[in-house]
Amino acid sequence: MYNYTEFDDAFIKARNSQFRNQVKRRINGNLTEDEFKPLRLMNGLYLQLHAYMLRVAIPYGTLDSAQMEKLALIADRWDKGYGHFTTRQNVQFNWPKLTDVPDILDALAEVKMHAIQTSGNTIRNVTADHFSGAAADEVTDPRPYAELIRQWSTDHPEFQFLPRKFKVAVTGSKNDRAVIRAHDIGLRALLRNGKIGFEVIIGGGLGRSPMIGKVINTFLPEADLLPYLEAVVSVWNTLGRRDNKYKARIKITVHEHGVEKIKQLVEDRYNEILSTFSGVNHELLEEIKSAFAPPVFKSKGTKYFDIAYKENAAFRSWVDTNTHTHKISNYSIATVSLKAHGKTPGDATSDQMRQIANIARHYSHDQIRISHEQNIILPHVHKSDLPKVYNLLKSKQLNTANIGLISDIIACPGMDYCALATARSIPIAQEISMRFDELKLEHEVGHIQIKISGCINACGHHHVGHIGILGLDRAGVENYQITLGGDATETARIGDRAGPGFSATQIVPAIERVILTYLKVRLNKHENFIHTYQRLGIAPFKQALYPKESQSPKIQKKTYAA
Amino acid sequence: MTQIVSDFGFSPLDKVINYEFYDKASKTTKAIDLPSDADLKLFAGDLNQLKIIRIDFPSFADGRGFTLAKLVRIRGFKGHLRAKGHIISDQYAMARRSGFDDVEISQDLADRQPETEWLFRSNWKKHYYQSRLGFNKY
Amino acid sequence: MSKDLSGNVITANNLLDGTVVYMSSQFKWVLDINNAKVFSNDTSIEKALIHANKQQHEVVGVYSIRVDQTDAGIKSKHFREQFRVKGPSNYNHGKQSEVL
Repeated sequence: MYNYTEFDDAFIKARNSQFRNQVKRRINGNLTEDEFKPLRLMNGLYLQLHAYMLRVAIPYGTLDSAQMEKLALIADRWDKGYGHFTTRQNVQFNWPKLTDVPDILDALAEVKMHAIQTSGNTIRNVTADHFSGAAADEVTDPRPYAELIRQWSTDHPEFQFLPRKFKVAVTGSKNDRAVIRAHDIGLRALLRNGKIGFEVIIGGGLGRSPMIGKVINTFLPEADLLPYLEAVVSVWNTLGRRDNKYKARIKITVHEHGVEKIKQLVEDRYNEILSTFSGVNHELLEEIKSAFAPPVFKSKGTKYFDIAYKENAAFRSWVDTNTHTHKISNYSIATVSLKAHGKTPGDATSDQMRQIANIARHYSHDQIRISHEQNIILPHVHKSDLPKVYNLLKSKQLNTANIGLISDIIACPGMDYCALATARSIPIAQEISMRFDELKLEHEVGHIQIKISGCINACGHHHVGHIGILGLDRAGVENYQITLGGDATETARIGDRAGPGFSATQIVPAIERVILTYLKVRLNKHENFIHTYQRLGIAPFKQALYPKESQSPKIQKKTYAA
Repeated sequence: MTQIVSDFGFSPLDKVINYEFYDKASKTTKAIDLPSDADLKLFAGDLNQLKIIRIDFPSFADGRGFTLAKLVRIRGFKGHLRAKGHIISDQYAMARRSGFDDVEISQDLADRQPETEWLFRSNWKKHYYQSRLGFNKY
Repeated sequence: MSKDLSGNVITANNLLDGTVVYMSSQFKWVLDINNAKVFSNDTSIEKALIHANKQQHEVVGVYSIRVDQTDAGIKSKHFREQFRVKGPSNYNHGKQSEVL
């Protein structure tokens, strides 16, 4: 992984010193809250419902054991002993004190971590496929490019006061595990005649007006990546609305001006920028690429794995749900579930973090990933080590065998923490998870993605859930709307709204009715929920959700991927 | 007293400059004011006829002035580029890197953002990622 | 004649540690909503809000909320504010875990 150079270290040190000074000036009154707010947001510090919240960047979701241990230390020393992993591959601490934050940032700097641009109207953490560098279906590891983009966007003088936030995601695989079609810019690495280039997709986004991104460049050569991105963001910085924050994102700009017009403006600006761009320093680029060279994989037999797989049912079950094929034979990608039944999705205690660090150091070539699905990945585990890894996970309740199943729910913090929320999401996730565990139906149901957002900002990605749940405030009471048939992959799709919302006590029975209907109408147990939905449409599910209403055939408006 | 902030700190603005609003400029105009939402197509002259361009920041949260400054520099403007308005000291490095030569602020703002805080950000050539990545001529 | 027991209270977060606070009489910031000053519905809260907003050295995010005065104390009308009084529902953290 990328090793911070002296340049990066010096940058963070100076940045932290600036922030410490800004905090001092806020407390002594030299900065008003209006002036301080964007500055603290630029350093990832939010004010939430009950306390401040610090969002620490985990660039492209990659970290090592030393960094994970530092997060555990921060949780213990300055927070309440846990952290929350997010849908943008970051980690959040929910209870820091303003006066402690400069010290927390210094502690992060010791392991080359920071909270820069995890908030505010800036370019945010560049996210990447959580299986990067390990998956067999990759054209190239996209993370060197994510690192390049990270450096380009860090403290970019032109782009610290954008109309709104700006999110970039990259993948190196045709199988989109990074939700690139729901980002402001999504990049897919391609190989053409032996050369790397990128499919560039812009204007995707969830929230109030969900939209699937549009392709504006089918093959952008590697060398042109940064000036092209600079052109896109410049054009948007100029055109993006500043009068209405709900219409400020680039997806609205594309919608209002038309993708062809935006594409032309980008091309024009790109050509102007090229005249002042000397090209990325070749040495620097090679340095970045070499930092992502794969580890030295070991070559061993899989005897221990084979025996354990045959004899230990619990282990077998965990392997079947939680591991994924690695590009190196006899290696495995292991997903650690942070979705134990009844627990808060995405949360890990400091103890659990230390255990994961320990496992990664010994059994995953010191590599850890955070996925946008709020789970932790050990990307390079030799199969013969899986039994040991499983036992170590089990000792800290990290062995839940539910990846991709109904209890592997994505949920934003919702109104338990977030000042923007209109309803709680965590209790709903907990109840659904426990309900299906209770019914013992998880494996019967198979692969399904439920995503829950506690407000219209859709941080839980509910629009692209197979089942999406949106928590709203209806006449002063929590009310949950269901969407169906969303898709977060390369066949990206915004879900269809099922109908009127359900109360907090009715929502879980409603979800149950949807699932029982699926089990009834599916072709066979190999047809996943999303495929059944694609085959039959919303009708049977709507009927199950609203049994007393007469169903008049309605034309469903479907949103298709670009 | 209006203050001009540069790499060396404050100096009071003692010269009176007559700025023409950009879309009213003629071939002999030497100084123009650009609003944050300026459309450069409305400037009828040649950028290099101008001695000074002043770009407005109605609010420090409005970052369009930085993109405008860059654009003006990319198009070859070699004269003096000044940022004016609600700019806070933390934006000084951004302003310099975007192509501004200095910043014009009110005495009010100068009182709350004393000189030391601007000087704290005046080493704008250091820790400059974008320059290191090849974006080094604006 | 029944007395209107609803009203408004000013709330904010403590600047230094983010704790939820309420404004009492004498413009002091207190932890317990039951010690908050209730502005009756026909009293203007505007001046108090302006004053509260000026207390930038103590608090951040000042706004007013609607409450009812009940036998059990002052209760926020909206569920969001009821959560702010207590803390999150998934852990025993926040004000519910502290002795006020």
